[in-house]
Amino acid sequence: MSKRRATYYWTGFVVIVALLVLAPLVLPEFWRRFLTEILIWGLLAMSSDLLIGYTGMVSFGHSAFFGLGMYGAAAALLMVKPANLWLAILYGLAGSAAVALFVAYFSTRLRDIYFAITTLIFSQIFYVIIFTWTEVTGGENGLSFPRPQLGIPGIYTTPFTSTTLHWFVLFFVVASYLILRRITQSPFGMVLQSIRENEARTRAIGYPVERYKMVAVMLSGVFAGLAGVLYAMQNRFAAPDFVYFLISGEVVIFNVMGGIGTLLGPIVGAGFFLGLREGFSRLFPWMAQTFDIPQIEQFPYLIPLGVIFILMVIFLPQGLLGFAKRWLNTS
Amino acid sequence: MFAGIPWDIIMIQTVNGLVSGMILALVASGLTLIFGIMDVVNFAHGELFMLGAYMGVIVLTATGSFWLALVLAILIVALLGAVMQVVTLRPLLGRDPLNTILATFGISLVLQNYALWQFGPVARKIQEPFTGQFTLFYLQYPWYRIVIALLSAGIIGGLYLFMKYGRYGIWIRATTQDRVMAQAMGIPVPWVHTGVFAIGAGMAAASGVLFGPLVGVNHAMGLDWVLKAFIVVVVGGMGNLGGSILAAIFISLLEAYASIWVSPSQAIIVSSVVLILTLLFRPTGLFVPTPK
Amino acid sequence: MQPLVTVEGIHTFYGKSHILHGVSLQVGAGEVVGLLGRNGVGKSTTLKTIMGLVNPSQGTIMFEGKPITGLPSHKLARLGIGYVPEDRRIFKLLTVMENLRTGLDRTGVTEEKKKQLLDKAFAFFPRLAERRTQAGGTLSGGEQQMLAIARVMMLEPKIILLDEPTEGLMPRMVSQIREIIDVLHKEGVAILLVEQNVPLTLESSQRVYFMEKGAVRHQAAASTLTVNDPVIHQYLGV
Repeated sequence: MSKRRATYYWTGFVVIVALLVLAPLVLPEFWRRFLTEILIWGLLAMSSDLLIGYTGMVSFGHSAFFGLGMYGAAAALLMVKPANLWLAILYGLAGSAAVALFVAYFSTRLRDIYFAITTLIFSQIFYVIIFTWTEVTGGENGLSFPRPQLGIPGIYTTPFTSTTLHWFVLFFVVASYLILRRITQSPFGMVLQSIRENEARTRAIGYPVERYKMVAVMLSGVFAGLAGVLYAMQNRFAAPDFVYFLISGEVVIFNVMGGIGTLLGPIVGAGFFLGLREGFSRLFPWMAQTFDIPQIEQFPYLIPLGVIFILMVIFLPQGLLGFAKRWLNTS
Repeated sequence: MFAGIPWDIIMIQTVNGLVSGMILALVASGLTLIFGIMDVVNFAHGELFMLGAYMGVIVLTATGSFWLALVLAILIVALLGAVMQVVTLRPLLGRDPLNTILATFGISLVLQNYALWQFGPVARKIQEPFTGQFTLFYLQYPWYRIVIALLSAGIIGGLYLFMKYGRYGIWIRATTQDRVMAQAMGIPVPWVHTGVFAIGAGMAAASGVLFGPLVGVNHAMGLDWVLKAFIVVVVGGMGNLGGSILAAIFISLLEAYASIWVSPSQAIIVSSVVLILTLLFRPTGLFVPTPK
Repeated sequence: MQPLVTVEGIHTFYGKSHILHGVSLQVGAGEVVGLLGRNGVGKSTTLKTIMGLVNPSQGTIMFEGKPITGLPSHKLARLGIGYVPEDRRIFKLLTVMENLRTGLDRTGVTEEKKKQLLDKAFAFFPRLAERRTQAGGTLSGGEQQMLAIARVMMLEPKIILLDEPTEGLMPRMVSQIREIIDVLHKEGVAILLVEQNVPLTLESSQRVYFMEKGAVRHQAAASTLTVNDPVIHQYLGV
């Protein structure tokens, strides 16, 4: 891998991160939060890319990991006073890891469609549990909880501002990206990719494929849980809607739109999707008013978005960053 | 009494289980047919069910005839299914199966939201073609439910006969067994695929109309059904028509019995457990005679 | 008179493997043409390319003077090209009768014609008549071969692409195949015959092509060749 490509890559990387750091200082509040949301969903999608793009396992169960991260953090923030940031993260990661272990155990034996359907069913099981176990999870209404303070309790804490929260999220997303990148380029990552290319051959060579898959699912689940924790902190509530399988579906959409197997693609995909969503949500009311077609006002953004997605699956299956896949993975 | 439950409750739940089992079988067999013949996992199947129900509502309101509504809903949705297949699935032929899952998922989102926009969030009602009940133990049990089960069985039976004896049935079976050779024999395989998809869609629509009077018709009604249908298809053996039917009845019966103790929304856990056990011990399907 | 089938400069790839390196041949109407060569030389691939099972990356195929390169196989079957693959590939879960119907159930064929065709097939292959309600998979190898040929005859083809019909068959069946080829020839059906069985090929064909390394290298009238001809040794010898 040439020195020059590495330089380009890292330069580009630093530039983008710098932009993201400066962004909250210049953006109005709404867009600040919007950007933070993109990062959080991007992290969730990135965690799923480890499975889809690198191991070749399509998971529709990420909503469960995300949700458990959220509810785990909620548990910490509600049960322990004063609200402790690090405890919330710990609980969230533990919750999602536990779920990931459960899902991994049952589903890694399965391949392709069976795996996808099973993860989907599992996320629905968790949805039902959360939805109906009202005493613990707040059921349909979810849970609200306070946002913890940034810092180390007992030594120094300060409340989050939307800017510092953004930087906090950015830090974790960047760190996650770098860690996941290291993982995918490590020998372990190479085995995962070999499983994606030809599972039978990888097994024949002697690798314990199931174990690798389980670790992949768990890693994926933990990062997804981290996204859940960050989301909980951003929005201060947890709701079963986030565990519904449609969320998993959206995550897969981000992956495909951005480009699977690129790690960065999913983040771009999330940004693209959420950006289009914002755009369409504003477009139709505007059209309704300007052209006096009141029926259009409530036109769901998911219709044009869905059509764009379908067109992308047919005509641009490698996603927006697909062209850069090789480059992103070897620099 | 049996295990502390009065017999008549058990019997009533058995009948309920059989009725929903037949509807589920009708939905699931369309899904299985499409998967078995085209290797396509149709995520939009629940939405075809939902659109069938809405078409039923529209035709019923316009003409007042339930049976006309049933027939037209089937035809319209079958046509929609054919268009769907030609426009979005044919270009994906030969690609990774993930692509078709995603494309059909995208379609399901579009259809759901279209229904939401077009019909609004308030549930509609389809009137049963006839009211009237008979005494089943201590309950007044609606005749209509029995009719649904019989009609579903009839439609599935019709499908079976079509596949076994019709000329197009032979085409479909040949295509399933050896797509390449079928084509070499002059069978227009791309159109067979379209036809099968249309049939599956029509069956989903029929279930939607038949089931409509039992629940409200709304834009999200497809979601639960698609999940259950997937569980049924996997448990029954992917692509195995007979297996899916048995699995549908089996799972519905279990859920009906389970709802004696737990709420219906929790009953899905029952089917999920069955799925997990199947996948662990008989991954090719519970009702498949010999594991491949 | 123009040939029935003309293959010109066909290159075919399986993935990255370059199998056919510019195959050119012709089959006239009603002609039986043999295609000989060692294993792996591209004979089956040539048939598959003509039948549209594989698309060539280069070259043209003409049928009755019109280009058919790249057309899907079902259209070719309707035009009158029949294909009997090397492994027979009968529909194992369909009955003998249903297998025949896959070729029989075409638009524009009257019920009378269908009966005619069926009667002819059953006259040729009485064993198939006996087993008409049996599933294809229960037939013996030889019977499956007969079914594969009978099935293709239902299409009333103008040319049949026959891929190693005698492979794995007992000598008695081999002579039956020989007879069938003769009868088809008398009826005016052209045949492109890929075979390892040299005597059979020389007896049944009018012309023979020899393939080597993915291309046709030599052509000769069958009557000019004997089994021990040096040409035969050159292209088929070990």
